[in-house]
Parts: sequence; structure tokens; C-alpha cells
Amino acid sequence: MAEKAKGDLLVRLSRIDRRILFLIIFVCVAVPLLTGAKMKMSITQPVKGLYDAIDGLQPGSYVWLAADYDPGSMPELYPMNIVLLDHLFARNIKIISASLWAPGPPMAQRAFDAVAPKYGKQYGIDYVNLGFKEGREAVMLSAAEDLRRTFPRDFFNTPWESVPMLQDIRSLRDAKMIVSVSAGYPGVKEWIQQVGTRYGMRIGGGVTAVTAPEMYPYIQSGQLTGLLSGMKGAAEYEQLIARPGLGIAGMVAQSCVHIMVVVFIIFANVVYLIEKTRK
Amino acid sequence: MRTEVPVAIAFIAGMLMIVSLFVPHPVISEPASVVRGWAIIITGFAYVLGVANIARISLGVLRKRGKDWEYKFVLLAALAVMIVLGIGLGIRSGSAFDWAYQNLYVPMQSTMFSLLAFFIASAAYRAFRARSVEATLLLVTAAIVMLGRVPISEHIWGRFPDFTEWIMEVPNMAAKRGIMIGAALGGISTGLKMVLGLERSYLGGG
Repeated sequence: MAEKAKGDLLVRLSRIDRRILFLIIFVCVAVPLLTGAKMKMSITQPVKGLYDAIDGLQPGSYVWLAADYDPGSMPELYPMNIVLLDHLFARNIKIISASLWAPGPPMAQRAFDAVAPKYGKQYGIDYVNLGFKEGREAVMLSAAEDLRRTFPRDFFNTPWESVPMLQDIRSLRDAKMIVSVSAGYPGVKEWIQQVGTRYGMRIGGGVTAVTAPEMYPYIQSGQLTGLLSGMKGAAEYEQLIARPGLGIAGMVAQSCVHIMVVVFIIFANVVYLIEKTRK
Repeated sequence: MRTEVPVAIAFIAGMLMIVSLFVPHPVISEPASVVRGWAIIITGFAYVLGVANIARISLGVLRKRGKDWEYKFVLLAALAVMIVLGIGLGIRSGSAFDWAYQNLYVPMQSTMFSLLAFFIASAAYRAFRARSVEATLLLVTAAIVMLGRVPISEHIWGRFPDFTEWIMEVPNMAAKRGIMIGAALGGISTGLKMVLGLERSYLGGG
């Protein structure tokens, strides 16, 4: 009798209403975010690599910051965009931002609007948003040859000659480094393949956690200077520059959810194995 | 002629791109640059075609009051409003277009992506089973990497992040590199077949 009841309980647990799982996940996300809990972490080598590369740039030099993402990837990539701007502006590096994703430029502009005033940086003098251009790899190559012809106007339709900081720029190659914050194709991989390898430019990247495994071969080969992977990558970078932001704020919530998903997997498999043994 | 001309164009453009990679002389690089400019213009036109196509299909459904015609109306209205706001009033920060983008488009798309957390949790509970040795390996590795990629893992075991990085840098990279080399060889083969006119399915008609 007791054996049957135990069996019934296992069957019921294995067919638990998915709304209960959703509720558990919701609590795991909401409680840490609402309480503002924070957690320290060690810094991984790919993140340190990007930090060192940016930190080693001369003040006044140019960096190409590609906002190749859309709002769907915002929780992971927007904190990277913010923390990279923080570091670049703090180092007095001029930023040229452009996007190969149509929804990218407003995301980049939102990040600029949030960070630039803190450092007293001015649009057109310290940073510029060139907007979106369709053409993927062709745009990368075209920008590396003649930036003005590729982006004759900025995101706000301002002509090239009216943007002071662009007057010293001929091509993308005048930038000391390319940092692509990307959610997929075209993104970090294409920047490495088309521009990094061809013109010997340094490439850094920030990608969603799900695409990070694809980038490791490029890190080992030295084609990718450094990499921020997922929200944790942003959080590590925030810790490095001592500016806690959206990344660190999300770490406890992400930890809770990951633990809960692992618990779900273990529990469901224990139930599965018990049922299998009985049969 | 309907086949030969496009194949000849593909051959000339393809060869120009290949040669320009190895020969940086202006005799090659300048025409290659012009062709790349054409490529940007042509892909730009794909957006015009896309908008025309979606408008044509949605209007057809709307006229016939077909399935989900209400959604088609919302789609067309949103498309028209964003075009009018963007072109008519500009896209500067604080403009009506920017407001609609930041307060409608961003939350809607973020919501769709956020739902993944719930579906992954549900799928992990219902479908991720150790049914075979391979599935067990995948399951154990996934659980380790999932834990190792969040800071709490360091509080469970100090070497957890290092162990996760080892998984990423050794077994993961070996597999990824194999896949990438295979895909690259396949890409080169297909590209050459297209340039040489041996692969013509892109012309349509099978």
C-alpha cells in the first residue's frame, strides 16, 4: 500500500503543473532583484583580456563599438554596452558606434545617453553613433576601406562633414580596436573573419552566453583579444572597473535560476530512474 | 541567356572578391570595392521588397477578413505609424519614434526573450532525461557549466569556475573547432560551385 502511494507520488511529481515551475522561477528572479542582493565573483581570463586591451589604449585614440544586437538580447548585452562605455569614457577614448542590426542604433544611443553625461562627453566630439547599414560583411569591408562612403551620415542624419570627431577618420582601420557587442550574425565572428584577420585589427567581443562556446577557438588562436560572455561577463567587467551596474545586480537572480534549473534536472532524473527501475 | 547572364555575373563578382583578398593592387581592389557598394545597395532593397511583401499579404488577409485579420491590422498600423514617425518627425533621442521604440518595441521584444527562462526550466524538468550514455554525458556537462557560469558556484567549490573554463577551453573547443573546419570546407566548396556555375539552385526553378 505504502509502495503504491509512493509510486503515485512520483508519478504526480513527474507530471507537476508547469505553472508551479514558472512560479518557482519567477520567485527566483524577482526576490533577488527586489532585495538588491549582490555577490562577488572571480574574473575569468577572457574578460581580463578585454579589460587589459582597452586599458592599454592611448587616451584620445578611437575605438569602433559595434552594437550588433536587438532588445531581445538586452538583459545580457545592454549591461556590456554600458560597462564598456564606462571604461572607454573613463580612459578618454573616442568612440565610433555603428550597427549591422537594424534595432541596434537606438540601443547604442540609449547607452550613450545613460553614460556620456557622467563623464561630460559630447556627441560628435567624443562619440558618434553612425547608425545602421544593411549589407553585413560587405559593410564591414566597405567601412574598412572608406568609412565616409559607407556611412555618409550619422544615425541622426547629420552629414559626415558636420561631425567634428570624424574629420580625422578615413576608414575603420583608424580605430585602434573593434569591440562588437553582438547577439549573433553578423557579429563578433564576422568581424574577426572579415576585418580582424584581413587588416590585422584587434577585436574584442561581448556575446550572449549561448553563443560564447563558438568564440573560444578564436580566443585561443589570439584572433579575439577578449570576450564578455553573457550577463556574468558584464558583471565581471563591472567588478574590474569598480562600477557596479546592471550585470552585478542580476548575478544573484541568475545564480538562483541556474541552481533551480539544475535542481529540476536532478530531481526529474531521480524520479525517472526510480520509475524505470520499477518497470 | 536567362541562365548564362546571371551565372556570368556571379562568376565575375565571385572571382573579383576572391582575387581581391590576395591581390591588394588598386586594379583589383577598386572594382571590388565598387561591387561591394552594389552589394550593400542590393541588400538594402531587400527591405523594400520585404515591406512590400508583408503589406501585400496582410492586406489580402484583411480584405477577405481571413484568419487572424485583427493581428494583420495591428501589424500594418504599427508599420505605418513607425514609418510616419521616423521619416516625418525624426529619430532623435526623445522623439516620438524613439519613445515608441524604447517604450513599446523594447519591452515587447524583451518579454518574448524573457519567456525563454520559464520554458527552459519547464523543458529541463520534463524532457532532459539520462536515457543513454550520451544523454547522461550531455546532462552532467550542462549541469556543471550551468552552475559554473554563475558566481554562486565559487561558494560551492572554489575551483568550480576553473573547471567550467576547462570544459569550455578543451572539450567544447575541440568539438567547435571540428564543426567550424567542416562547415568552412563546405562553405568553400559550395561557394566555388556557385562561382563556377556548377551550383545554380540560387537562380530558382530547382
